[in-house]
Amino acid sequence: MVRADFDRSLEELEAELVGLGEMVEKAIIKSMDALERRDLAVAYEVVAEDDLIDAKRFELEEKCIDLIATQQPLAIDLRTLLAVLHIAVELERMGDYAEGIGKICMIIGDDEPVETPKQLGQMAQMGVSMLRRSMKSLKDRDTALANEVWDSDDEVDALYANVCHQIFVEMGQDPKTIEAATHFLWAAHDLERIADRATNIAERVIFVVTGRIGRYKPPDVPKVVE
Amino acid sequence: MLDQDFILQTRGLSVYYDSKIAVTDVNLNVARNRITSIIGPSGCGKSTLLRCFNRMNDLIPSARVEGQVLFDGLDLYGPDVDPTEIRYEIGMVFQRPNPFPKSIYDNVAFGPRINGFKGDMDEVVERSLVRAALWDEVKDRLKASALSLSGGQQQRLCIARALAVEPRVILMDEPCSALDPFATLAIEELMRELSEDYSIIIVTHNMQQAARVSHYTAFLMLEETRVGFLVEFGESRKIFTNPEDERTEAYITGRFG
Repeated sequence: MVRADFDRSLEELEAELVGLGEMVEKAIIKSMDALERRDLAVAYEVVAEDDLIDAKRFELEEKCIDLIATQQPLAIDLRTLLAVLHIAVELERMGDYAEGIGKICMIIGDDEPVETPKQLGQMAQMGVSMLRRSMKSLKDRDTALANEVWDSDDEVDALYANVCHQIFVEMGQDPKTIEAATHFLWAAHDLERIADRATNIAERVIFVVTGRIGRYKPPDVPKVVE
Repeated sequence: MLDQDFILQTRGLSVYYDSKIAVTDVNLNVARNRITSIIGPSGCGKSTLLRCFNRMNDLIPSARVEGQVLFDGLDLYGPDVDPTEIRYEIGMVFQRPNPFPKSIYDNVAFGPRINGFKGDMDEVVERSLVRAALWDEVKDRLKASALSLSGGQQQRLCIARALAVEPRVILMDEPCSALDPFATLAIEELMRELSEDYSIIIVTHNMQQAARVSHYTAFLMLEETRVGFLVEFGESRKIFTNPEDERTEAYITGRFG
């Protein structure tokens, strides 16, 4: 076995990526908790801590570039490094969505009479579960699990459509809620994007294992209602 | 691809040195006007395989070849084939530049002269040197000794010398291993240009070189019980990003060999 040093660097890099995934997971949970309980201090923390996520992403990116430049990786090593680079960016963007929810919470404030829609919590839970599973599928090089993450995205999309519909109905019924409801729509959008990013991570896992880029999914064509 | 897309094909090719086998049952198709690289660990039979393509192994008394090498469908080892003529059609460039201790001009003119060429030799020399991307550097000192050139220039001179007899295939046995990185890149650039008109087979230890320069890559290996067998052959972009065989993967990622 040669290249022990390079192997060690790859292992450390993946461990750090898993660490970044855990930071992002915590940020999503905290931001949703803040929004549900209207806890502005926690919301502020999420916003502030996003800088740490950003910094970690850049650190990982630099390490990938160093290894590509110095080790000239090929085959599985090349695919792994490209995947780490890609996944670090996905995670950082997921962190931005959590930060966005934290900001929404701060804008809505703590004396808002409108209740946070229950489905947002469900969406956050599903997003976190997809994130965890996608990162586990990377660790275990498990394409079946990665495919499962893909399938979960449909459920999140359905929930998103459902919560949007409910928010629109409430807006119509009580115009006083329109401002808060608009913010909830944004939060729902952020959560839907978090799930999308988790599927992107799963897609990269499939790339690492099989070398195939992308997974075909027929586009959802909206039905025309007459 | 169809058979006519391949300039060289081996069929169950094995090579022995006395009773010792060096290449085992290789079936390989070499695409026309493309660069094919042969990679593999030391002693895996890469150079022996390469030498089969222009019958250079004939010069080694103990060497014996089994199976077929087809050159545009012609059996290279057939009874009526003159190996010397084959070597004009299928030229070779070696690991260390080996110009003759003659002038630059005479090096390039050497093959055509031996061949009894009666045409415009100046034109042949110029065309070959232009083709080998050396003309601009040597046009004012064609009578100077070839040994006064740098290593990279000498290697391009050897390529020009091979081109002067108008081959269809150029075999290169680690052509850059004695060159610095800049001269190496110049040869690689030249190879890509030449591949528009010639078919090139290169043996290289440098994986990045094979990845950079060749369209197709063949991976040869040796094990305790077998020597010089083909593990995987395919498009270089596939071999170097996502090889099929785990032995190929282990070799190109530097985990054995």
